[in-house]
Amino acid sequence: MPLSSWFPSKKPQGAGEQKGAAKQVPDGIWSKCASCNKIIYQKELRADLMVCPQCGHHYQMTAAERIELVSDPGSFEEYGAGITSVDPLGFEGTKPYVNTLERAKGRTDLNEAVVYGTASIMDSPVVIGVMDFRFVGASMGSAVGEKITLAAEKAIERKCPLVLFCASGGARMQEGMLSLMQMAKTSAVMERLGRNGIPYISVLTDPTTGGVSASFATLADIVLAEPKALIGFAGPRVIEQTIGQKLPKGFQRSEFLLENGMLDQIVPRSEMRERLGTIIAHLAPPTPVEAPTSGEVS
Amino acid sequence: MGKYAFEFERSLVDLEERLEFLRNEAADGTDETASQVDQLEKQIEKLREITYSNLTPWQIVQLSRHPNRPTTQHYIESIIDDFVELHGDRVFGDDSAIIAGLGRMDGRSVAVIGQQKGRTARERVQRNFGQPHPEGYRKVLRVAKLAEKCNLPLITLVDTQGAFPGTASEERGISQAIAVNLAAFSSLRTPIVTVTIGEGGSGGALGIGVADRVLMLQNSYYSVITPEGCASILFGDSSRAEEAASLLKLTAEDLTGLGVVDGVVSEPLGGANRDPHWTAWELKKTLVAEIDALVVSDSEELVEKRYQKIRSIGVFMTEQGETIGSPLQMPDLVFP
Repeated sequence: MPLSSWFPSKKPQGAGEQKGAAKQVPDGIWSKCASCNKIIYQKELRADLMVCPQCGHHYQMTAAERIELVSDPGSFEEYGAGITSVDPLGFEGTKPYVNTLERAKGRTDLNEAVVYGTASIMDSPVVIGVMDFRFVGASMGSAVGEKITLAAEKAIERKCPLVLFCASGGARMQEGMLSLMQMAKTSAVMERLGRNGIPYISVLTDPTTGGVSASFATLADIVLAEPKALIGFAGPRVIEQTIGQKLPKGFQRSEFLLENGMLDQIVPRSEMRERLGTIIAHLAPPTPVEAPTSGEVS
Repeated sequence: MGKYAFEFERSLVDLEERLEFLRNEAADGTDETASQVDQLEKQIEKLREITYSNLTPWQIVQLSRHPNRPTTQHYIESIIDDFVELHGDRVFGDDSAIIAGLGRMDGRSVAVIGQQKGRTARERVQRNFGQPHPEGYRKVLRVAKLAEKCNLPLITLVDTQGAFPGTASEERGISQAIAVNLAAFSSLRTPIVTVTIGEGGSGGALGIGVADRVLMLQNSYYSVITPEGCASILFGDSSRAEEAASLLKLTAEDLTGLGVVDGVVSEPLGGANRDPHWTAWELKKTLVAEIDALVVSDSEELVEKRYQKIRSIGVFMTEQGETIGSPLQMPDLVFP
């Protein structure tokens, strides 16, 4: 094996396509951390839950990795896996939206940018939804809006807490106003969730921006975040253009939001499962579990 | 002197100015100028029809931003009696990019909220060009809750390029402020009618725009992102906004087709700026009829119906491969 294969290629796959996206996981056996530039051993990075052992940078995780990280082994049952986007506007920019979708599906083995289902966390039943940034920047179009809504409705039906791991570049531009209206739709269902007395915890991960941050992500009873995640309404570049100056370091990062009163806690990945378990146990003390209604289709 | 005109209406506006000049001459009264005036009038009428009857999406975006386009303040002054403005969010400050208050329309008490861009250069700066900060959305929420408490129909007039993308907005939680309004409006127990009167810019517009009836003025636009922003992302070049405007399907006509918008309020040929009073009168007629139809519902029924309306927006494919919602029907292109 040539020595060069130990290090990542200069241009990570797909990097050109997701401009402004958070730092990608480096490939290769040894690699440079995208945050601290120190050499890290890939196996070690994976063992540390995709957190850089040198600087604590939290790399993005796939939906499947996250579900495995926080839910009790074997407890996750997925719903709505087949729900997928169509191209309602016939959107053809530099490339047709349908091609963008096909590529995302091929690269991720997902049909959409969010995965949801029932699970248990430290023995408490929950409905859990996880957004996957690899799928068109986890932007919210009609299908994502529908799945988030279905997840909330499932939590109401099962009378158990809703946990959503958020990550998103914002609304899915290729679906135009239909995507903007998903902000209204997902916010409306969270209002219903609240009226039904169902606790809702959201975890903001890197990055949670735009239409998702300005809708269901920030409507939770408890809002947690991973360390140093980029969280905001407008993107840093847009803000810099507007104010005509460079933003201070750490602006729109989790620590900044905590200081400004927008978060309950910042929770490192290694403590996430336990913290969620504790919070859920406080909010929804275990009650005899009701048998699921018959006739449900997964 | 030179009136404001976009490129596509330049030749028309030039002729109109010439007509004005000739009319002044004709006042002195030679038959020759009178017949010239006659001829020019006919020419202008024809050109006006040609210029404005088939506007492109980009031309509509331009008209929606016309510096003389009537603002929220104009409509409030024209159609609301005894308006009382309410200031402040009771937490941080008063955002002058949003006007909120109480008044009467056609004898009925209503609450009115709208983004205000400003009519003069000075007012535009003072109102931050109609781009609200979080305290603006929190003022909106306070007045909406008051409307609910006192059973007042709520009218919101949307006219913003978007919520202000600055550091102060982020520090004070612009995302959360908008999100809370979306949730609160979805369950507000009083009728809500929203009208996009100019620019409907993304989340900053929707933050006052969840309603039982969603209307647009004919030459307004409503979009998930500005055409410039979209062009910048797609082509790396914001000057290609004209192309982006076509892609985004942001006109009243397209959005009615997508089921996002319920109705369109007519404007005079050439845009609301050409006859603000006529436009205000059209808007009032529509608002009165819409509110009359909504107030008869019991509030629980109203909220349920609004929820179902919002719940059903979207076009996607189910697990069974069935397409839910209706994609935009493209008119068949006929080539000669």
